[in-house]
Amino acid sequence: MNAIWFIAKQTVRECRRRRVFLVVPIVTVGFLFLYGLGNYYAFEKVNGTTDLGDQLVNTRALAGSTLVGLSMFTTLFLGAALGIFLAFNTVRGDAETGVLQPLVVRPVARSGLLLGRLLGASMICCGYVGALYVGSVLITGAVGHWWPSPALLPGLSLAGGVVIVIALTLLGSIFLSSLTNGIAMFMVYGAGLLAGLLGQLGEVLNSPSLRNTGRVTSFILPFEALYQAGLNSLTSGATGLTRVIVRLGPLGGAQAGGPLLVAWAAVYLAVVAALALFFFARRDL
Amino acid sequence: MPAFAAEGVVKRYGDTVALAGVNLEVAEGELVGLLGPNGAGKSTLVKIGCGLVQPTSGRVEICGAPAGSDTARAELGYLAELFRFQPWLTADEVLDLHQHLAGSTGGSSERARLLELVGLDDVTDRRVEALSKGMQQRLGIAQALIGDPKLLLLDEPTSALDPAGRRVVRGLLEELRDRGIAVLLNSHLLSEIELVCDRVLILLGGEIITEGRPSEMVEARGVEIETANGTRAYPDASRDDVPEIVAQLVAAGERVYGVKPSKPTLEDVYMEAVGGEMG
Repeated sequence: MNAIWFIAKQTVRECRRRRVFLVVPIVTVGFLFLYGLGNYYAFEKVNGTTDLGDQLVNTRALAGSTLVGLSMFTTLFLGAALGIFLAFNTVRGDAETGVLQPLVVRPVARSGLLLGRLLGASMICCGYVGALYVGSVLITGAVGHWWPSPALLPGLSLAGGVVIVIALTLLGSIFLSSLTNGIAMFMVYGAGLLAGLLGQLGEVLNSPSLRNTGRVTSFILPFEALYQAGLNSLTSGATGLTRVIVRLGPLGGAQAGGPLLVAWAAVYLAVVAALALFFFARRDL
Repeated sequence: MPAFAAEGVVKRYGDTVALAGVNLEVAEGELVGLLGPNGAGKSTLVKIGCGLVQPTSGRVEICGAPAGSDTARAELGYLAELFRFQPWLTADEVLDLHQHLAGSTGGSSERARLLELVGLDDVTDRRVEALSKGMQQRLGIAQALIGDPKLLLLDEPTSALDPAGRRVVRGLLEELRDRGIAVLLNSHLLSEIELVCDRVLILLGGEIITEGRPSEMVEARGVEIETANGTRAYPDASRDDVPEIVAQLVAAGERVYGVKPSKPTLEDVYMEAVGGEMG
């Protein structure tokens, strides 16, 4: 356990020395500024409710959930990108440059090195995702007076999704060179998002085939399911026509989460980590 | 108990045979040099000893423990042929990192001693990315010595060093031997091997084709006699034959200027053994 924690701290140290903690916050401030501007102009046009025939639509909830949903979409992407860049060269990439061998010959289990890297990258990415999500929610709350309910669950779902992306990247790094692994992971990420959108489209069009495509892909790539569940919980407080309109959009979150999804995500993470440890232990370096 | 013991070690990468049944022992305090063309299997053998590569068959033990086990890895220090330290760390931090991983309790005094030993005591706070290749190689040697290992596996440890740096490493290796530390050294620098090693092995095609003490491998073979008409070689002649040969030459009207034993260099022995093969 000490070795895992030590390697995790080394990952954080590397980010500090490589100025990741300088550049990322600066770019993030730019993102949040843009997000704040978007909130300001969006809520400028929002009065509270709009009468659509005999139904009232809560435009404040509509605008708020859409904006936070948009932020979640971006946050997941940025968090996943950060995670991929932190983990894509962990095994084969570092072995090819000769960084890994001096570490692996020490009396520390290879599992300690791999789990330490997973922990370190997860700490950084979860911190980043959390900060970005909380920042977005605070901006929308302050500018538009709309707060998601539940407030924390969508953020936790995003963090869970990013940890799964990191674990998949570590597994890929055992077999693929840095470049190939990085490209492959972004493609997997893109495929997951596409499948999620197809699933949502299936809900809207009432197409079982599209719905099943989304569900199966969410099962194979649960980071997408966690994201969908986060979006779903974000709008769970909306009612009536407002809820219907929100759910129809690409940021509505067609798939609800729940304990089963959390359990599956945990099992999936454990299986991916176990596979990574198994193959890393047997890999010639 | 030998510091390094390989028994029937075979390693195949698909159809390529990297090692074809190597048997080798390195005793405590023995300094053994591994020679061979590129692709002969030298680095593979060292990597198997470190646990970086699994043998296809056969067995390697480090101080009695199976290679790759925690116990074995705790007993060895390793410097790879192609290595790179984290460029964002300073020289002192690299050693600190390896102290943690090796479980060394030497602390700052061990780090200071090792950096001084390899002549890096004036750049302890300089980042690796700002060190020259030679400095990084010396840092690599210091890193290999963390935790007082009983066996050092060094793969081309002097390839990036200038002559002065090589001399420092040579002296260091001799000092380590005096302290009872075993060293298995891969190098293409035959003169280095000849100067410091107790025993030399030549690998070719994954097999040890010859071995012996450097002094035995380069012992005199015949004599060379310098005459007015050039140098004449007598490869089968011994020291006792010299007066007779000189007398015959003088009787034949030759003017003799000098007689010296014909002694091959380790390079001659190596080239003869590998048949001029290049990797």
